[in-house]
Amino acid sequence: MGSASDVKDAKGGSDARAETTTLVGLAGVGPVVEGEALVSRHGFSARYDVDRDRGTFSREAHDLYGESLVGKILVCTTAKGGIATSWILLDMVARGMAPLAILFRETNPVMVQGAVLAGVTMLHRLTPDPVETIRTGDRLRVDPSSGTVEILSRAS
Amino acid sequence: MRLTDEERGMLAGEQGPAVRQAMEQQVQVGRFFGAQDMVPVAGAHLSGDAEAMREAGVAHLEDLASLGAACRVPATTNPRSVELRLWEQLGQEPRYVGLEERIVAAYERMGALALNTCVNYQIVSQPLFGQHLAWGDTGTVIWANSVAGARSNFEAGPAGLHAAITGRAPRYGYHLPEQRLGTALIRVHDVPRTAADWGALGCHVGRLVNDYWQVPVLVFDETPRPTADQLKQLGAALASYGSLALYHLVGVTPEARTVEDAFGGRAPQRELVVEKGALAQVYASFVPEKRDVDLVVFGTPQLSLHELRDLARLFSGRTIHPQTRVLLTTSDAVRGVADQLGYVRVVEAAGATVLTGVCYYIMTARELAERHGYRTILTDSSKLANIIAGYGYNPAFRPTEECVAASCRGTFAENAAWAAQAT
Repeated sequence: MGSASDVKDAKGGSDARAETTTLVGLAGVGPVVEGEALVSRHGFSARYDVDRDRGTFSREAHDLYGESLVGKILVCTTAKGGIATSWILLDMVARGMAPLAILFRETNPVMVQGAVLAGVTMLHRLTPDPVETIRTGDRLRVDPSSGTVEILSRAS
Repeated sequence: MRLTDEERGMLAGEQGPAVRQAMEQQVQVGRFFGAQDMVPVAGAHLSGDAEAMREAGVAHLEDLASLGAACRVPATTNPRSVELRLWEQLGQEPRYVGLEERIVAAYERMGALALNTCVNYQIVSQPLFGQHLAWGDTGTVIWANSVAGARSNFEAGPAGLHAAITGRAPRYGYHLPEQRLGTALIRVHDVPRTAADWGALGCHVGRLVNDYWQVPVLVFDETPRPTADQLKQLGAALASYGSLALYHLVGVTPEARTVEDAFGGRAPQRELVVEKGALAQVYASFVPEKRDVDLVVFGTPQLSLHELRDLARLFSGRTIHPQTRVLLTTSDAVRGVADQLGYVRVVEAAGATVLTGVCYYIMTARELAERHGYRTILTDSSKLANIIAGYGYNPAFRPTEECVAASCRGTFAENAAWAAQAT
């Protein structure tokens, strides 16, 4: 599972938010990816939160309402909704509407089953908290085999 | 993961490309959640409908069938997104009909029973205590785990099918005894009376305890004696609002003879109290934005024969308001018996339509709303009220009798008797 030994930087403490450049979690699934972060303080369901034809958040109560997740590294709190996400990620990939990766505080089996089927990169249980540490627009490198997320550059 | 010789052979393709593909994906999911090995399962429940799967998912299913995939354990299917007999009358789009027919054909080719029901546990595959399963609808899983003491994670869509193909599931989560112990103690002082009340309780608790890995333990001042249909609503609501896969009800469910039993001697991580009046507040939290009821739906999860009989009694001799559409969703199996017993005739005489093999929220609900101008929806299922809001509806959740009365009035009640009753 996730080896933390080769991680350069996982500073704890009060200034973790400002200082941390690498987050460490459990080993994830999917390929290594680099891309731009899109951060939410809400959960995520591919069925109830997203307009799949546009790749945008369509539920008005969601804090990313109107934002596009296409090609982004979505960072959010938890997996929500029923079983549908297990199929929907594949459909989104097939039509070029999928996120590049999804990082959760905590995910559930349905989301991971869907990610494996679709080949979407997914990690969870990262330290420090990705929702607090990563900001929308940050450039990230996600390595599922080592369970690490590197913040390559901060959003300007 | 530690795999047996047979499982390693599966991964190496010794049992063909479909088994190999299934096992590869199962191992990835298993590693993600720290599974040590695979566990043989006694059955699978296959979820996935045209609206969720679309062309890519359906093609994937057909590819697996063409590669020789076959269910090696008994497998049943979840509801479809299209009413295969009545879609035209309902105004459903033909493009989904073709996809659904392909899904059913592919599942049948692989040896599944295409029952298209979310209450397989009430109809054909009663789960047994200690039995490992790979069930793929959240309501079925929480029933199997909680009421029967069987063991399953949410094995959604592809994962349920992979388990049917390999006869195994990765052993993590609710397959493990330690994950099945309670985490949150819920003291319930507001006693549910009807199935809808139990759904209200599930809504209330699921809003507070909402994490797949949490296990609420409900304890009443006096041990309740809920019916199967009441527990069906409780579980469906907990799974819908809380993404929960297991609850314990002390004195009722098999792994909770006592509070200590349910927590395995550990202390609860948190304690919550459901005060008197909480269930009425759940109903009241759904506020209709206009007086007219556009649509009333009964049957999330699909109606049992008992529930259909009760609705027939309530609708008997009454007439549904011409501006209000009333839909009942059930399984083909229940409908067949209900036909024989005359229940279908009674509810149809009142003006309701009985649909089979579907569940409303997966029935291309957004398209139906646009086509028919549905905005307000009334239901006695707290689960449906939760989900349908994501499809452009203004939902209200009320007790069954109030839903029947409103169906005939065509309007929501002003001085709702349901609110007074529940306090």
